[in-house]
Amino acid sequence: MLNIQNLHAKIGNKEILKGLNLSVNAGEVHAIMGPNGSGKSTLANVLAGRNGYDVTKGTVEYEGNNLLELAPEERAWAGVFLAFQYPVEIPGVNNVYLLKAAVNAVRKYRGEPELDAVEFLGLIKEKMKIVKMKEDLLNRSVNEGFSGGEKKRNEIFQMSVLEPKLAILDETDSGLDIDALKIVSEGVNSLRNEERSIILVTHYQRLLDYIKPDHVHVLSNGKIIKSGGPDLALELEEKGYDWIKEEAA
Amino acid sequence: MSTEIQNYISDFDQLKNDDWFAESRQSALNIFKETGFPNSRLENWKYTDVRPIKKKSFSNVTEATVSISIEEINAIRFDGLDCIEVVFINGVFSKEHTRLDGLEKGLDVENMLDALANDKDLLAKHLTKYADDKISPFTALNTAFIQNGTLINVSANTVIEKPIHILYLSKDSNSALATHPRNLIVMGENSEATVIESYIGLDDANYFTNAVTEVALSTSAILKHYKIQQESLNAYHIGNLNVMQGKNSKLESHSISLGGALVRNDIHGQLAAEGAEIIMNGLYMTGDKQHVDNHTRVDHLKPLTLSTENYRGVLNGKSRAVFNGKVIVHKDAQKIEAHQNNANLLLSDDAEIDTKPELEIYADDVKCTHGATVGQLDQNMLFYLRSRAIDEETARSLLTYAFADELISNISFAPIRNRLERLVIGQLPDAALIREFTNE
Repeated sequence: MLNIQNLHAKIGNKEILKGLNLSVNAGEVHAIMGPNGSGKSTLANVLAGRNGYDVTKGTVEYEGNNLLELAPEERAWAGVFLAFQYPVEIPGVNNVYLLKAAVNAVRKYRGEPELDAVEFLGLIKEKMKIVKMKEDLLNRSVNEGFSGGEKKRNEIFQMSVLEPKLAILDETDSGLDIDALKIVSEGVNSLRNEERSIILVTHYQRLLDYIKPDHVHVLSNGKIIKSGGPDLALELEEKGYDWIKEEAA
Repeated sequence: MSTEIQNYISDFDQLKNDDWFAESRQSALNIFKETGFPNSRLENWKYTDVRPIKKKSFSNVTEATVSISIEEINAIRFDGLDCIEVVFINGVFSKEHTRLDGLEKGLDVENMLDALANDKDLLAKHLTKYADDKISPFTALNTAFIQNGTLINVSANTVIEKPIHILYLSKDSNSALATHPRNLIVMGENSEATVIESYIGLDDANYFTNAVTEVALSTSAILKHYKIQQESLNAYHIGNLNVMQGKNSKLESHSISLGGALVRNDIHGQLAAEGAEIIMNGLYMTGDKQHVDNHTRVDHLKPLTLSTENYRGVLNGKSRAVFNGKVIVHKDAQKIEAHQNNANLLLSDDAEIDTKPELEIYADDVKCTHGATVGQLDQNMLFYLRSRAIDEETARSLLTYAFADELISNISFAPIRNRLERLVIGQLPDAALIREFTNE
């Protein structure tokens, strides 16, 4: 599904990713953990195609194609989804209209017929239940006036409607209270299946209590310095990051 | 005397000017003769060069020489809106198209020419009392040529449900015309009304509209005033709105400027009694080589008065816009609130905006805010939309629409809001792309 080889990326003159390798197969959930400033969000943004990052070396292959050549919308059409760490408020752009346009853009790319208003409403009614999304939020402008928790829930809601093949969740747990964390996690878990891969980028182990990853990687100073199973996350929670950095040094 | 104003003087001499208002017209002309057209050395005209108006020898002789079909009128009417309509074609009152039947009790709507003959007392009390000929030469010029225009008189304790739509339509005729529409809106105590002034060019003719509207609001009167400027892209438009507000009165002004080669809109609100409130919303969308200047001025003359101003511009091509919002808080006008904001979106590298909020405060217990922004589309929003499968062109068009629509979406009256939304969409570079995001 996704194969990252020796990825180097910088913002301006500052090198953030310094030779990152990661391979994700279909159906797997990978957690990328690491201290602040290790490059976690840079990785998420480079994968989604945000401007301002220069990839200086390395390759990212997605379903056999060069992901880095694609515009952000082309990545979305091909099934890549980024759940934002800080979802953007867009006054004047209606949530539902955006979602309908998004779904149909993806369907068009796949050669499927576009959904009409009735079919689309049926789809979102069903998906709303997954993250207990309130109906009045749907008809508002995108994320405008949403609480932090509502914004994150909206991200997962969009993800459930768009049904991506590769979902990258950037610090989705940050700023969530325990109830919201449970709802968001249940939403993510309900989307797990054999074809869908999920990358969880997180600072804390807490999220992994609710979403069990298949693999855990520690990112430090722009590289993955240790990989393991779910137990690695627990170990990190207990001992912090320093011991791995020392081990890797 | 400069030759540029010669045609105005000779046309004035041909004007039928033998009524009770003759002296006022003459003295206004004298002021205009003395000052001539404003030049850019004047602070108030620093960024707007009116030489194109000056150079052209417009004819001020208004005759009904062109006719407009009912189909043309229907195309610009508000769909399904039951309203009172007053229609002028090239400055001349069109009896044929005007719809004044079934005027509600307590409402008088007349052509200014008729009002001059029939309502001397009312006009003598209000006309020229709020628009100062000495402040703008264009106002003086308008006063000198007062003939056609609209009088709206709403009696005390009267709520007018039907909006009153005044249409000033322009169409190519034998000579390049200057028209000087003059409107007067007098609202009695506790009265309410909605007035829409539309200035529409039906083709690409070169003409000059020089409009003045005066508004008097008595205690607790409420006026919703819309001005929709869609002049021809070769036309010049100078418009002045002057408002005198009594106690607890409220003016809600929406000014939408889309057309015109050279446009200047002035609004002057005088909050002359406690509790008076003025809301000024404005949207200008420009392209090509259009020049659109919005000047507003609010005088907080008395305590506890409120003003809120929100203007937005979307500039494309080599167009240029000017925003100048002046708020003057007079001595002893304590506990007033004045908020002002001007935001601009530049879609091209060659577009230019000069924005200037001005605050003059002579009281000490006041709450004032102001701000101006000039920018391109928000990169975070753009990326967010693209990451949600929206292609870049559509995302840009959508964000532009959303920026402009913020001013339209809070208009409470649905037929006007829908019409304006359609107009805004029509001005976008890639309107077709965002059809599914709008209520169309």
